[in-house]
Amino acid sequence: MILLDLIRDFVLLFGSLAILFLQSIYWTIHGLRTGRLGWKNLMDQMSRIGVDSFPMVAITGFSTGAVLVVQIGYQFAQLGAQRYVGGVVSMAMARELAPILTGIVVAGRIGSSIAAELGTMKITEQIDALETMATNPVDELVVPRFWGCTIMLVVLTIFTNVIGMIGGSIVAVNQIGLTMTTFVDSILQNLKIQDLMGGLFKAMVFGALIGVIGCYKGFTTEGGAEGVGKSTTGAVVLAIMFILAVNYFLTVGINNFNTAYLS
Amino acid sequence: MIIISNLCKRFGPKEVLRGINLKIYDGESLVILGPSGCGKSVLLKHIIGLLKPDEGQVLIDGEDITKFDQKRLDALRMRMGMLFQSAALFDSLTVEENIAFGLRKHTNLSDLAIHHIVSEKLEMVGLPGANHLMPSELSGGMRKRVGLARAIAMEPEIILYDEPTTGLDPIMTCAIDELHLSLKERLGVTSIVVTHDLNSAYRIGDRLALHYGGRIVAIGTKDEIINSPDPLVQQFIRGEAKGPMTLL
Repeated sequence: MILLDLIRDFVLLFGSLAILFLQSIYWTIHGLRTGRLGWKNLMDQMSRIGVDSFPMVAITGFSTGAVLVVQIGYQFAQLGAQRYVGGVVSMAMARELAPILTGIVVAGRIGSSIAAELGTMKITEQIDALETMATNPVDELVVPRFWGCTIMLVVLTIFTNVIGMIGGSIVAVNQIGLTMTTFVDSILQNLKIQDLMGGLFKAMVFGALIGVIGCYKGFTTEGGAEGVGKSTTGAVVLAIMFILAVNYFLTVGINNFNTAYLS
Repeated sequence: MIIISNLCKRFGPKEVLRGINLKIYDGESLVILGPSGCGKSVLLKHIIGLLKPDEGQVLIDGEDITKFDQKRLDALRMRMGMLFQSAALFDSLTVEENIAFGLRKHTNLSDLAIHHIVSEKLEMVGLPGANHLMPSELSGGMRKRVGLARAIAMEPEIILYDEPTTGLDPIMTCAIDELHLSLKERLGVTSIVVTHDLNSAYRIGDRLALHYGGRIVAIGTKDEIINSPDPLVQQFIRGEAKGPMTLL
């Protein structure tokens, strides 16, 4: 019975997220067709998501790039393969680490704040107030956050890649003893455009997940401050779980696509 | 005219509305009285279509709004305004942006015209010059007045007030009541007011209804209610803890 309940809860959750996603797409198309898409609201969200997340994303990217070079650099140096360090680090960052780590950081920083903001709006009747003013809450609240997360996660992942490479290059030059030219050449020779694009595609999907899950958790908040707290935590946990689970399928799918069409 | 017929609503095991029947005539002010937690706000939310009943109908101008799709419901809501119990101001917007929200969404008025309307409504609720304040800078009473300014910004035909004077001082309560009466006189607005404030109810209500136990147990003019022999009515208007009406 417990297993059945779990399955039922998961199906309900998955269905609700899918419906909210489709509603976001519908209201986006509706907004574009009627010329009433809330561009200002979208810009505000993008700016907030980008500015709020950038410091954490920068630290994460720099640290990850630096640590990767430390871990890989000495091993490769022993094998005489220093010239591959830049390439391996950049591929690891571009394909996996940058989108995943940026996704997790943004889920913690922005997913929680979206759930808290909308949860507070729900329990203080602000969402009801929107409806009484003939305004659809998905159109007004979800669409800008959904696209804000989706677009900005791609942008932030690009920053994570660049900052990770900067962190890696500093360690490679100062600790491993590589020249900057060797490190950069290695990146240019080994990193392919499809590695970058695959990672950015993942980032886009993770951003959409963070936006939809944050909004869903906010909209389903019940009770007072305790309910908002639960939604906030729930949004982060759920977003990270989904990011990790979906990452596997995306990786397989992107690899298959690259093998079939780009090899 | 608004006709509520056999309206029932249940939340889990709790039966909040048990067959509400009510008629509200055009241009009338109906005040719904009742103890806290008896479902008065739930009734208002059915009238504006925020909640769907388990059974029953809400007929506005002869059409059952419980069957309306989103588009028709939105069209109806353009003719209605609602003041929420907590004012429900949008925290991230200024007072002016809150009041202008509906005007910006649903009209093609210029920024200047909208600014004039906002300033006029703010003056009506006794808050001139509060345009650029944030909701967090307002007291409870001020929030409620801004909520009222927002509710009347689109000059609706029907206004629903959920405890409009709770938390206001007696002078402001009287000012809000006078505003209510002037809106009724000037625009012929139909009002449904949920309140605990008997003085205010007597001032503004053409008719008063007592909601208790999920039903309307009494309805009539101020004098009919005051002189009602019903012990429930007498207990409520005298504010007695002991009597047939139990605390929820």
